[in-house]
Amino acid sequence: MRIFPLMGAVAAGLVVTTAEIVGQANLNGAGATFPNPIYTKWFDGYAKRTGVKINYQSISSGGGIRQFTQGTVDFGASDGPMTDTQIAAVQGNVAHIPTVLGAVVLTYNLPGAGTAKLKLDGPTIVDIFLGKITKWNDSRLAALNPGIKLPASDLLVVRRSDGSGTTYVFVDYLAKVSAEWRSRVGVNTAVNWPVGLGGKGNEGVTQQVKQLEGSIGYVELVYALANKLSYASVINPAGKPVDPTLEAVTAAAASAKLPATTDFRVSITNAPGAQAYPIASFTWLLVKADNGDATKGKQLKDFLVWMVGAEAQKMAADLGYAPLPGDVSGLVTERIKALKVAGRVT
Amino acid sequence: MNRLAWRRWKSRTMVGLMIAAVVLAVTPLILILGTVIVKGAGSINLDFFLQTPAPAGETGGGVAHAIVGTLMIVGAACLFGLPIGIAAGIYCAEFSTTRLAFGARFVADVLNGTPSIVVGIFAWTLIVDVQKHFSGWAGSASLAMLMIPMVMRTTEEMIKLVPHSLREAALALGYPRWRTGLSVVIRTCLPGIVTGSLLAIARVAGETAPLLFTALGSQFMSRDLGQPMAALPLTVFTYATGPYDDWHRIAWATALVLILIVLMLSLLARLATRRRFDVKL
Amino acid sequence: MAGPESRRVDIAPVSAPLTGRNPGDLLFKSVLTLAAVAVPLLLGFLVYELYLGSELAIDRFGLAFVRTSTWDPVAEEFGAWPLIFGTLLSATIALAIAVPLSLGVAIYLTEFSPNWLRQPVSFVIELLAAIPSVVYGLWGIFVLIPFLRTTVFKFLHAKLGFLPIFSGPVYGNSMLAAGIILAIMVMPYIMSVSREVLLAVPASQREAALGLGATRWEAAWTAVVPYARSGIVGAVILGLGRALGETMAVTMLIGNRHEVAASLLAPGYTMAAVIANEFTEAASDIHYAALTYVALVLFGVTVIVNAGARLLIWRVSRGQVEGGRGV
Repeated sequence: MRIFPLMGAVAAGLVVTTAEIVGQANLNGAGATFPNPIYTKWFDGYAKRTGVKINYQSISSGGGIRQFTQGTVDFGASDGPMTDTQIAAVQGNVAHIPTVLGAVVLTYNLPGAGTAKLKLDGPTIVDIFLGKITKWNDSRLAALNPGIKLPASDLLVVRRSDGSGTTYVFVDYLAKVSAEWRSRVGVNTAVNWPVGLGGKGNEGVTQQVKQLEGSIGYVELVYALANKLSYASVINPAGKPVDPTLEAVTAAAASAKLPATTDFRVSITNAPGAQAYPIASFTWLLVKADNGDATKGKQLKDFLVWMVGAEAQKMAADLGYAPLPGDVSGLVTERIKALKVAGRVT
Repeated sequence: MNRLAWRRWKSRTMVGLMIAAVVLAVTPLILILGTVIVKGAGSINLDFFLQTPAPAGETGGGVAHAIVGTLMIVGAACLFGLPIGIAAGIYCAEFSTTRLAFGARFVADVLNGTPSIVVGIFAWTLIVDVQKHFSGWAGSASLAMLMIPMVMRTTEEMIKLVPHSLREAALALGYPRWRTGLSVVIRTCLPGIVTGSLLAIARVAGETAPLLFTALGSQFMSRDLGQPMAALPLTVFTYATGPYDDWHRIAWATALVLILIVLMLSLLARLATRRRFDVKL
Repeated sequence: MAGPESRRVDIAPVSAPLTGRNPGDLLFKSVLTLAAVAVPLLLGFLVYELYLGSELAIDRFGLAFVRTSTWDPVAEEFGAWPLIFGTLLSATIALAIAVPLSLGVAIYLTEFSPNWLRQPVSFVIELLAAIPSVVYGLWGIFVLIPFLRTTVFKFLHAKLGFLPIFSGPVYGNSMLAAGIILAIMVMPYIMSVSREVLLAVPASQREAALGLGATRWEAAWTAVVPYARSGIVGAVILGLGRALGETMAVTMLIGNRHEVAASLLAPGYTMAAVIANEFTEAASDIHYAALTYVALVLFGVTVIVNAGARLLIWRVSRGQVEGGRGV
């Protein structure tokens, strides 16, 4: 039994020596998986610059809204804006702060297609996710992609199993291009999916598509890029097939034309511009409009100021997220400045 | 063939089938351990133990935060789970005919069969929902609740193995009941109690479900149980279900570390009991 | 009546009276009683909190919750039937695979195997019980499912795809995959308990059968196994209890689909998996209550199953004679 003091000493030693930077996170946030790569990069960079540690758990937009409403986190993150009911549940004490723009892409696993890019349009995508298109060599897919040899295999749909802002953006687009989708399935962070395998988070869906030959799913662009997955170009309302490039996403945001009093809860899907990518969206941090905690309120505000600045926005662009366009950025800065800490604007 | 030959053939065939069953039963373990070792061993280096994670999508980083997290959460769970469990086990052994003992035994069996995720929800409603934030303490509470019935039953079984003669001799010599209990009975079966505790710790160290919404997880090194905290099983889950190849690599390595910890504790537990039977009374 | 192989020592209550003359005794008993009382209190509290948390859902859906199939967070309609179906189906698949295997191993180890083989084999199989569930899930995602998808499932779908149970596209993540991993996970439990009850069968049973001219297999199958029948059934039900409550490995392999499908190759869902996936993201109070209601149902089901198992095992270990089938 003499081994036990030894084990205890070893354990204690481990705990003591492994903590060079001791100390808990200053702020806790949770929410969207869509911007998780850039958020973790930002928080890591911000901690190195200022020492303020921000812990972020990527649990999906639905989770972010819920945790923020319940007060179990200091801030939430979501790509689906809070509904009026949800805002009422926090007595209106919430500000939607846009951080970056992202694109939801249709990513697929079709080795036979090689490097050729699939083209899809709104109605076809709706039919895929309604379960009406079950084989890759369906006539509608063949019609849109004459140059690609489509196999006769099953088309396996992957979608989200959790409450997701990415889902919100995606079905928001689907509802705009299809009345059937709007009435049958609806728009929300979690919907009653007619078909498909459920993946948890953008991470889960990307994983599934990566592993499953013949699958198609919808994820944020950065996930497809980071994992070298193919993604389709989508035909926009102007009739042009558009790739989800930074320019195309920014073009979608340009159509937003926000008034000065905006609360930033706008949808930019199916945007009218000729160059615009149709499935684009802002993603927001949900923070208290009036933060009762003086320290945390100040820390959060300082971070947001850094976030909207050139350095952080460039980090986003390097990773594949479209930075906030100039005019939007100006409005966001104003909103951040107006955030109250303990009742006062500091 | 005549009846006897058919029966003999049937007997031999069944034995053959059973041997096939043994082989089939043993194969998954070899496959799983083998895969974890092969895929995980390569990533076990100093960085892995000393660094915290890199941002999503980047390579490198380690699981130091999760190791510390698991040690702290499981350690705190032991603080509450072990004393209560052992004391309850002693009660059931010493006063085993009382209604409370029967009740506690039945309840412990029920709790032992309860899915750990249900216990996690209980801890969530009790602590996280009330405190309005996730914390390591909530995680420890759920793990303690899992430990108590386990430890209680094994302690009771161990104490029951102590012969009456030992107890009666102590009582005859004038020891009061409490002294008999502590100094004589428990001293004798201490290795057994330790075994039970180690097995419970091993079980609980690998639990993921209850931590999903109590400790939640964290990217940073933390020694504050009052805040969300990382843990090894959570890391395996998050990284396994994520898309990045680097995350997968770390998941395998973390799984290896987790298995090693659990196996080491289990082996230690068996060693403790083995030595016990060598002791001459 | 305990036989020679019985290892239980019944404890006679020590009758030294606690006269209160010794304060140490009183303290001793009080502390222990407190700890013992904490256990049922814990359970009571657990049930109470589960009930409280699901009250909203119970009020709105009542018992129809276990029958309806729509799980629609948008329309705030929740029905748990696909979850219950999935839980039962995956557990059934697991038992269908694990029980013959475990019994085969248990009978072999107690009746047929050479002595030197016993310890190592049972040690190895019990090691399976020590592997954390999340590691099973990890192995399942990256090793088992790709393997199954390209071999077994592909074959089943190609050759037997006309049967409803093997129809539909092959995702990999499926009810069958979850059932298989569950089988591996419950096997050690069924095996070790079966082994224990088989060991408790008196040697006289086997010897009598052999003496009457039975082959070794016949002696085992007709004399030894039936004697331990209710204990073995208890072991199987114990395995069932574990399979019903298993969370992490199933969550990672089952495909997360709120639907009752005829095909084993289709994705599905279980009660434990839906809680693991959706709890931190329940978007509304009713969603949260529905999930807690699911937890309550799951808890109820596992309690009943485990209580039944314990009863059966307890009856055997107390020496109830079931009788052989006759030789």
